[in-house]
Amino acid sequence: MAQKSFRQALNEALHHEMRRDPNVIVLGEDVAGGSGASGQKDAWGGAFGVTKGLLGAFGPSRVRDTPITESAFVGAAAGAAMTGLRPVAEIMFVDFLGVCFDQIFNQAAKFRYMFGGKAVTPLVIRATYGAGTRSASQHSQALYPIFTHVPGLKVVIPSSPYDAKGLLIQAIRDNDPVIFLENKVLYDTVGEVPDGAYTVPFGEAHIVREGGDATIVALGRMVHFAREAAEILAAEGIDCTVLDPRTTSPLDEDTLLEMAEETGRVVIVDEANPRCGMAADISSIIAEKAFGALKAPIMKVTAPHTPVPYAPNLEAAYIPDAKRIADAVRKAVAFKRS
Amino acid sequence: MSDRIQAITMPKWGMTMTEGKLAGWLAGEGADIAAGQEIMEVETEKITNVVESQGQGRLRRIVVSEGATAPVGALLAVLATEDVSDSDVEAFIASYADRAGSAAADADDAPKARIVQAGAHRFKVLSLGSGGVPAVLIHGFGGDGGTWLFNQDTLAQNRAVHVIDLPAHGDSEPTVASGKVTDIADAVLELFAALDIEKAHLIGHSLGGAVALAIAETSPQRVQSLSLIAPAGIGAEISANYIDGFLAAERRKPMKDVLSLLFADPQGMNAEMVENVLRFKRLDGVPEALAAIAGHLMADGKQIIDLRAILDGKIPALIVWGEADQIIPASQSDGLPAGVDVARLAGAGHMPMMEEAAQVNRLITAHLGKAEG
Repeated sequence: MAQKSFRQALNEALHHEMRRDPNVIVLGEDVAGGSGASGQKDAWGGAFGVTKGLLGAFGPSRVRDTPITESAFVGAAAGAAMTGLRPVAEIMFVDFLGVCFDQIFNQAAKFRYMFGGKAVTPLVIRATYGAGTRSASQHSQALYPIFTHVPGLKVVIPSSPYDAKGLLIQAIRDNDPVIFLENKVLYDTVGEVPDGAYTVPFGEAHIVREGGDATIVALGRMVHFAREAAEILAAEGIDCTVLDPRTTSPLDEDTLLEMAEETGRVVIVDEANPRCGMAADISSIIAEKAFGALKAPIMKVTAPHTPVPYAPNLEAAYIPDAKRIADAVRKAVAFKRS
Repeated sequence: MSDRIQAITMPKWGMTMTEGKLAGWLAGEGADIAAGQEIMEVETEKITNVVESQGQGRLRRIVVSEGATAPVGALLAVLATEDVSDSDVEAFIASYADRAGSAAADADDAPKARIVQAGAHRFKVLSLGSGGVPAVLIHGFGGDGGTWLFNQDTLAQNRAVHVIDLPAHGDSEPTVASGKVTDIADAVLELFAALDIEKAHLIGHSLGGAVALAIAETSPQRVQSLSLIAPAGIGAEISANYIDGFLAAERRKPMKDVLSLLFADPQGMNAEMVENVLRFKRLDGVPEALAAIAGHLMADGKQIIDLRAILDGKIPALIVWGEADQIIPASQSDGLPAGVDVARLAGAGHMPMMEEAAQVNRLITAHLGKAEG
């Protein structure tokens, strides 16, 4: 099977769905244009090159550049979705979604509910998230817990090129608003991706690795660190399951609980801040519903409760890594009830 | 070195396998090992299986201990006859390190699967070995060429072997819209033309067995022999739970439950196997193509294709069935005419070529040799 980058996988998903369904449109800043370049059209393919080639293939009426007003084009996309289009809006950084909270939280997320199921909102909002690119505190957050909190939104965090393509196609075909978050450090990672179109269902965790001693739950880029930690631990005789929920809403509680019960030890890795984050949320679900199976306290490995620092050494210390994950697993394995 | 001293090495199962974990030794140092005896269990990311000894002799030295991981081709243990001295065993182990390095360098020369255009069809084909009357390996419903991971290399020792993905399976496109077994058989015959195969040994599993029979029906002159493993098409009974469950399953848990019906002991299944089947089923067009095939295979819970008459003893035929088969009962191999060889394996379910790989390899190898007479 062909090896493709995370970026290319997303680009293929957009091409497939725009070919398949003329109602699919793309809008955002520089998704068609090239400001900052020589002015040549489709110079960048969006700030991260994901929409490259769409303008030539599908034309300017379906690939639309917008002004730098996220509130306006996210609102327009939500309205367009209600009329029957399937808009994919690109926001450069999830950090910028603060200016369109009303459009997302109080409008798009509630249309289906407010109109008694007579309206659907097939809207996808794509944005980058995550630290590690020296982009400083206003362009580096992992804000998925905020969206996960809101009923009516679906929240997707792919960790591999395979998942990125299948989950984005699923997001576009889905009739509810989807917040689709791409870790910018992953764009150039490579993996096996089928050439054809396929969907990965929401609410279906991926068992990345199987081991009986502990379960490491991780999302997005953290899945890679969790695997790395699992390799280090395997050499020490500690076998870990690595579980990637893929979507935080809906969340595959069944598989989380199944793995927690099978291994009895759970370490949750979350690039987000610790308060009201995914680690806290998943930890509460397991503590509530699988308490009897636990052999050790649930361990959380998260960013600290601070903005993302710009200084390279501080930024590196901020992001959870394989060493911290392995340490947490060792602590769980060594735990003895007194 | 002669047969007096032999290496037991890490097997290579499929193109992506680079290393394996020695999950367990089934014999200890000093044990006398017979050819075909189960000696170790090897685990990869994708699969766990028991490995049987190719040679015979005393297990003189275990080089890689339980729980350790070793690259493909690495020396795991040494078999030698009693008269070989300990120092010769040591020398053999020392000399092996160099050879293992060169084996790793050969990894890039491993055969690569390719897409073969055959009329309107595009088949994924993995070709191994050379010469002799070629063997064509045809997997079952919802499977792919990976079905034959534990068989293909053994069979390719004496002849060319072509492992194919049927249309709408694996990496072959869904080019047989009708889903009829006879149309799939015609597509495989087009592949024969594309590969310049005049006559072949057909080795088919389950649905692939029915496809092989359908080829033998229209073109007996193209078939040197039939080796059918738990074939469809020769009896009425089939597990509707399996077929319907396979079609319906979109998520890990239900798919795992369905796939566990395939094995006498489902413990060997892992999450990766389940995920790979789901990845295949998630592709656009695949669920529809599979439903079309199932619709021609089965109605009201019974098979509706009857190719039993093809097994008339004229084409040399071997039938292999697992006694614990929960998909198609082994009793369908009862009452076949004389001249059809039947082997029923006690420890296997619907996947004997994986569950009892060494035994199936011996049966098929002997059958092909006899059929070439």
